[in-house]
Amino acid sequence: MSDKRLRIGFIPLADATALIVAVDKGFCAAEGLDVELVREVSWSNVRDKLNIGLFDAAHLIAPVAIASSLGLGHVKVPIVAPFGLGVNGNAITVSPSLHATIVAVADGNILDPMVSARALARVVSERKAKGLEPLTFGMTFPFSTHNYHLRFWMAAGGVDPDEDVRLVVLPPPYMVESLANKHVDGFCVGAPWNSVAVDLGIGFILHFVSEILVRAAEKLLAVRAQWAKENPDVLTRLVRAHGRAADFVEDVANRDEVSAIVAAPNRVDVAPEVIRRTLDGRMKVAPDGTVRVNDRYLLIGRANAARPDPAQAAWLYAQMVRWGQAPMSADLLAATKAVFRPDLYDAALGASRPLPASEPADGIGAFSGPAFDPDDIEAHLAACKIRR
Amino acid sequence: MDPLLKIVIVDESPIRAAILEDGLREAGFSQVVHIEGTANLLARIYTIDPDVILIDLANPNRDVLEQMFQISRIVKRPIAMFVDQSDTASIQASVDAGVSAYIVDGLKKERMKHILDLCISRFNAFSRLQGELDRAKTALEDRKVIDRAKGILMKAKKLTEEEAYALLRNTAMNEKKKIVEIAQSVITASEIFK
Repeated sequence: MSDKRLRIGFIPLADATALIVAVDKGFCAAEGLDVELVREVSWSNVRDKLNIGLFDAAHLIAPVAIASSLGLGHVKVPIVAPFGLGVNGNAITVSPSLHATIVAVADGNILDPMVSARALARVVSERKAKGLEPLTFGMTFPFSTHNYHLRFWMAAGGVDPDEDVRLVVLPPPYMVESLANKHVDGFCVGAPWNSVAVDLGIGFILHFVSEILVRAAEKLLAVRAQWAKENPDVLTRLVRAHGRAADFVEDVANRDEVSAIVAAPNRVDVAPEVIRRTLDGRMKVAPDGTVRVNDRYLLIGRANAARPDPAQAAWLYAQMVRWGQAPMSADLLAATKAVFRPDLYDAALGASRPLPASEPADGIGAFSGPAFDPDDIEAHLAACKIRR
Repeated sequence: MDPLLKIVIVDESPIRAAILEDGLREAGFSQVVHIEGTANLLARIYTIDPDVILIDLANPNRDVLEQMFQISRIVKRPIAMFVDQSDTASIQASVDAGVSAYIVDGLKKERMKHILDLCISRFNAFSRLQGELDRAKTALEDRKVIDRAKGILMKAKKLTEEEAYALLRNTAMNEKKKIVEIAQSVITASEIFK
């Protein structure tokens, strides 16, 4: 079997771990795939290079795969995801002064996202009364989980993310700097950037996203639908290599090796210890060294995290509709669900396992609002007081 | 040509931006602004209110520009050049060259193509220059290594400069390696034997 050459784009983030390990630990080579990993600097680049065929596959943020498939804000190129690169993994970090203010006005324990969101609402209205500038939060992309996670959290507490605060796009590597020089008061981003801010003493991790949504699809291994159709065998091998890599990553005995591979200068380029913390879910959340442990911080292979779940796609589409990025339509909902392909996952890795008992019944587990029904987006939206 | 077309260049490389700006001015575009730094990028772009935005693909701020599509408050609504896929060749060429364009909706395609072609050729010219500079630097470094190795050989084996060079060259030919690689080995070996 001659090796099939593939170019795969990625953004240097901890949730590219399964992809990086699949390539650098030889799981792709074992499947006869000669993969060149190409590090990119923006989701726009990843999306465009995937769309025009410069990449065969990509580490892609889930909402961008959906937006591209629906033609939202950009050219329509149908994308499919046969493998999930990560569930959860984001966190909301705020500046020390905003953290202190939230703690001061909070009515209860701020580890509870409803308490913190209501406290934020109080901070926002006090600032308004004093005529101060609205708070500014950074997120990574208009069509990003970070955008929706921030909005979902603050809106539950009564903060209108479009009227009461400013949400700005910031490339992840600029997040920390922007927090340090006070261009933003907080941000929602993936690992390792929250930890970098905490280590520098300029940020407090307020919430892991797994506290806001128990299960939130984050990054996908994405390919063009057309490419998947033309290369079924290569796709199966690619998914199999990723399945093995994800299992390898989740074996705690391999964590030091995995952290070293992922942290390499040509990959994520951080201290291996930061990757290790992320994979273990042992996060330093405050500059004084306070550690919070959450075994759901980032799920890569365990709890069926890698098997794409169309209910997750539907939840993301519901957020696009909620915030005025997409119209509500049964066709668009169906097209959205078709991006996440558990059938392709099963075809490569065997019959699916049922969702473990640890997982939320609706597959999402949001901290506020009724259970999510992927077939009834309108019910989800009707329960949202703040929406466009 | 429309000299009134406002063009913004977002590029971290001041040299490449200058090359591009010159090209655009020569082509008759008089309103060209180069934006440096990343702070308040969107606000600065809104103030200029450009018809065309050119950004290098190595710039993470591309994602910041994408936010423009979300904000309906601004009068002009820019779109990414990738939205129009009718000209795949020119899109490919621009991605290869490393430049991307955002244009105000309604701008005529022929005019945009002219600007884009100009960008592509200037970006390519810049990377050729960069390549030549890198090669010149490497050649200079190689020269230094070979000179050091020659010196070591002349002293150790009491050779003339020509003889030392011939020895390096012949060894390289026999071992099918570059002279600079042999020279580096000589330096390494001499450091070990010190």
